[in-house]
Amino acid sequence: MFTTYIIIGALVLVVIWLLATYNGLITLRNRVKEAWSQIDVQLKRRSSLIPNLVEAVKGYAKHEKGVFTEVTKARTALMGAKNPHEAAEANNMLTGALKSLFAVAEAYPELKASENFKQLQEEISDTETKVAASRQFYNTNVLDLNNSLETIPSAWVGSAFGFRKEEFFKATDEEKKDIEVKF
Amino acid sequence: MSTINTAWDHRTSNIIKTWLIMFFFSIFTVAVVYLIARGFGYGEVGGLGIVGFALIMAGIMNFVSYFWSDKIVLGVSGAKPIKKEGNPQVYRTVENLCIAAGLPTPKIYIIDDTATNAFATGRDPKHAAIAFTKGILQKLNKQELEGVTAHELSHVGSRDTLVMAVVSVLVGTIALLSDFFMRSMWYGSRDREGRGNQLFVILAIVAAILAPIVATLIQLAVSRRREFLADASGVLLTRYPSGLASALQKISSDREPLEVANRGTAHLYIANPFKGQEAKQWLAGLFNTHPPIEARIKALQEMEGEV
Repeated sequence: MFTTYIIIGALVLVVIWLLATYNGLITLRNRVKEAWSQIDVQLKRRSSLIPNLVEAVKGYAKHEKGVFTEVTKARTALMGAKNPHEAAEANNMLTGALKSLFAVAEAYPELKASENFKQLQEEISDTETKVAASRQFYNTNVLDLNNSLETIPSAWVGSAFGFRKEEFFKATDEEKKDIEVKF
Repeated sequence: MSTINTAWDHRTSNIIKTWLIMFFFSIFTVAVVYLIARGFGYGEVGGLGIVGFALIMAGIMNFVSYFWSDKIVLGVSGAKPIKKEGNPQVYRTVENLCIAAGLPTPKIYIIDDTATNAFATGRDPKHAAIAFTKGILQKLNKQELEGVTAHELSHVGSRDTLVMAVVSVLVGTIALLSDFFMRSMWYGSRDREGRGNQLFVILAIVAAILAPIVATLIQLAVSRRREFLADASGVLLTRYPSGLASALQKISSDREPLEVANRGTAHLYIANPFKGQEAKQWLAGLFNTHPPIEARIKALQEMEGEV
């Protein structure tokens, strides 16, 4: 009699632990998804600022067509990105294109001095910080999920129910290069 | 010696230490409650009835200060809310660190005082508020302000208002119980015969005298632990320990006290607002709400890998 109770009790505990671990993993996975959608919000915000910027610069530097096409291309790629990997790539491309756009702007003192341009520049650099921040939050959540999926015993539950590790939102080699400052 | 190095290690170690302190605090509270209940000696029910009364009283008092923590503290310190338009830099600093921390952007306030300090409060992240003095905004550069903001947001994220409210309930219960007991000793000689064992009466007197002091010391130890924890968690947000370290350096070298702070709100600030009154000796150091700035900077340097 007594041993039966112990066995039943142990089974109940195992089932409770299983449920709790499973639910915990689901929560972590959903947090990663939510964090991803936050990056998406910031990326959209960033790309929505681009047309205004392009217009502002075009007013002064019509002939620098190459730069504008680069920026527009990067923006389109970013809008169409479907997964973290693609978005990371498109985002880095846009960062590079914006750099050359601002470099072009350097040659036009009137443009640099215009209130509209200054404001746009500020907005864009703020959005870049926001993208970086949401990327950081995403990576924190990915870290939590991956930790659970790699440490025992939650790793057993994870592999039994087919949970997958997520990818970090990484910087490319392009971004890791030191930024050259010219005066 | 264990080698504590990264901000992650500091964070984990401070979380564990908080739990250890809370664990011993609970045992201590149970022991004090038991002694005083036996000292009252009107049988288990009578003594425990008084314990329940003290617990409820302390609970209600602290619930009020917990639930309206933001309004009370902001009102007392005379902080004024700001909008994005008026102070875009401060607003953006807070907003962007909140994105990194995954917290909603709190209400942001400024205290019109040239002292250098800041604090965060609110019962949960949705009702959080963060306040800066005018002085801190003028004296700190971008990285330093980010360090301070990340520290304050970490208090919000780790629910420190709740942690300290729970501790306050325990401290309050012990203080009330001790007070009830001492009063009953002075005025309650009529039913002296009704009391239990003389030994328990003596033990209860000792407990009633010492317990409130010990409880306050434990409360301050928790408060100091949470400061270290917020430093480490803040660094995990900015990934730049030197920012906060140099901010703390600037804050501590500025000797101007913050007039609007009082004993009830001092523990909320990033550094002790009563400048020049921090005790340096170990024994007196037990009564500080904040760890010594030097110890915090040393921990931050460790996270940077400089020690």
